[in-house]
Amino acid sequence: MSADVNAQLEARRRVVFGESDVSDFPDGDSDKDLPTEVMPLMMGPSHPAMHGTIRIALEVEGEKIKTADIQIGYLHRCFEKEAEYATWTQIFPYTDRLNYVSPMLNNVGYAIAVEKLLDIDNKIPERAQYIRVIVGEISRITDHLTCLAAGAMELGAFTVFFYLIKTREWLWELLEEVSGARLTHSYVRIGGVVADLPSGWPAKLLDILAKTRTALSDADKLLTRNKIFRDRMDGVGIIARADVEGWGLTGVVARSTGFDYDVRKDHPYLVYDKLDFEVPVGSTGDNFDRYACRLAEIFQSMRILEQALAKMPEGPFIIDDQRVALPKKRDTYNTIESMIAHFKLIMDGLHVPPGEIYSFTEGGNGELGFYIVSNGEGRPWKCRVRPPCFANLAVLTKVLPGLFIADVVPTFGMINMIGGECDR
Amino acid sequence: MAKIVLDKLTERFAPGDILETGSQHGNEWARVVPAAWFQVAEFLRDDPSLRLNMFVDLTCVDRLPREPRFDVVLHLYSSEKKHRVRLLSGVPDNQAVIDTLVPLWPGANWFEREAFDMYGVRFEGHPDLRRILMYPEFQGYPLRKDYPKEKRQPLLRRLPGSV
Repeated sequence: MSADVNAQLEARRRVVFGESDVSDFPDGDSDKDLPTEVMPLMMGPSHPAMHGTIRIALEVEGEKIKTADIQIGYLHRCFEKEAEYATWTQIFPYTDRLNYVSPMLNNVGYAIAVEKLLDIDNKIPERAQYIRVIVGEISRITDHLTCLAAGAMELGAFTVFFYLIKTREWLWELLEEVSGARLTHSYVRIGGVVADLPSGWPAKLLDILAKTRTALSDADKLLTRNKIFRDRMDGVGIIARADVEGWGLTGVVARSTGFDYDVRKDHPYLVYDKLDFEVPVGSTGDNFDRYACRLAEIFQSMRILEQALAKMPEGPFIIDDQRVALPKKRDTYNTIESMIAHFKLIMDGLHVPPGEIYSFTEGGNGELGFYIVSNGEGRPWKCRVRPPCFANLAVLTKVLPGLFIADVVPTFGMINMIGGECDR
Repeated sequence: MAKIVLDKLTERFAPGDILETGSQHGNEWARVVPAAWFQVAEFLRDDPSLRLNMFVDLTCVDRLPREPRFDVVLHLYSSEKKHRVRLLSGVPDNQAVIDTLVPLWPGANWFEREAFDMYGVRFEGHPDLRRILMYPEFQGYPLRKDYPKEKRQPLLRRLPGSV
């Protein structure tokens, strides 16, 4: 053993002092390779590209990754445990904090699940369904904008980051006007939404969409044919089409491989079957495909928004059922029945009949599922979220080995792992 | 829509393996004994008329005080036939063990780790059954119904003998 070490040291000394050539070195992988040993490297949780919520324990050989152990849980806030102690309506603020760059989509997904348990999913007013589609698609745009902006910034494209984050801020201001909160909206309620859209809001939305198009076109010009960007995206982090089903991949990550599955198309909910849009699908499953799919999806979401604004009917924005939705304030103060209904809903919460449901919608990252068990009380027995980016992130344990350390940054960025949703 | 899945299951497996099937809110479900868990899942994945090839979700439910106490719950989807099924299997508190599904779907790895982390159900044959959301020193299983919500634990325990 020690004789081997001594021989290696001697060989290395000879190379260093120019007495022999690298190719003479005994243990090199190939003629020209310097021998390396496997080294552990901890990437994160404070690494800027790891979003502060994840650690990847890499084993590297030189610059090449041999194994990657992805460690999550830094942002675990006991969503399920808290939900078991909250009334059905009190869970909405918790769902805001799942995927915190598209909170409206989580609100909508959870509301639909509970409505199915209550068997009122076909009684939701049409206007409420359109409003849900509109706020949901705005959230989908902000979700994709965040991913593209952060992903570009991590590769050095800071200008793009500013363009897109500024756009995201305009959209969030619109949602703030609707819900009163910039980020944690809690706008959707079981049976509808909490308030109607403000007057003049649709015109503002159309105005912002025009500005969004300009910003996206600027970002597109800066990135899509940029050699520095393409070099780090093309052919890097390839996810095979064959891995999609086994790993449970959904959303952009699955579609980038050519797997054409979008819940909005394949199992339409709300009013998506009345709207005309396309599902962008990639072919190779590399980072660039995921970037291109996200960019194309934003344009499709804007198409949906414009159609939904045009088609949205007038009418109530929440179901007229005092067992589920709060009565109007005017009635609460003036009639005894409404006051009792108000009191019961606030103090006991609404009662959901016993049953189990797995309800799924298209979230920002893919199939956002809610598996809810009710035993007939005012609180859920179990409220499980099937987080899309949990499955999408797990596949990196297979994708990362064989890549270089620098490839981790764009590959991880284009998965769009959101800590709040992944760790719950 | 996915009634065919349940029919196929009851036709292919003995009544001792498939305990119960049903449908609620458009979700089809089947309850199997833990011993048949792996075979049923493999059958669902490979049968040409079912092709439930996509892994969607795996979790547990603590049904205290019912016996068996825990249900392991699996959701599958067929990307070809567009149907879904839920598979449940009850495991008792004193023998909370069930076969792993990682050989069938590699994506089950993290989901089973999470179920183990939160409920303490062990998955026989899992390649890497560590905690995933909680830290390794954490004691107990937080989503069990008898784990108090307000319970606090030190983030790191002192090693025996240290000051």
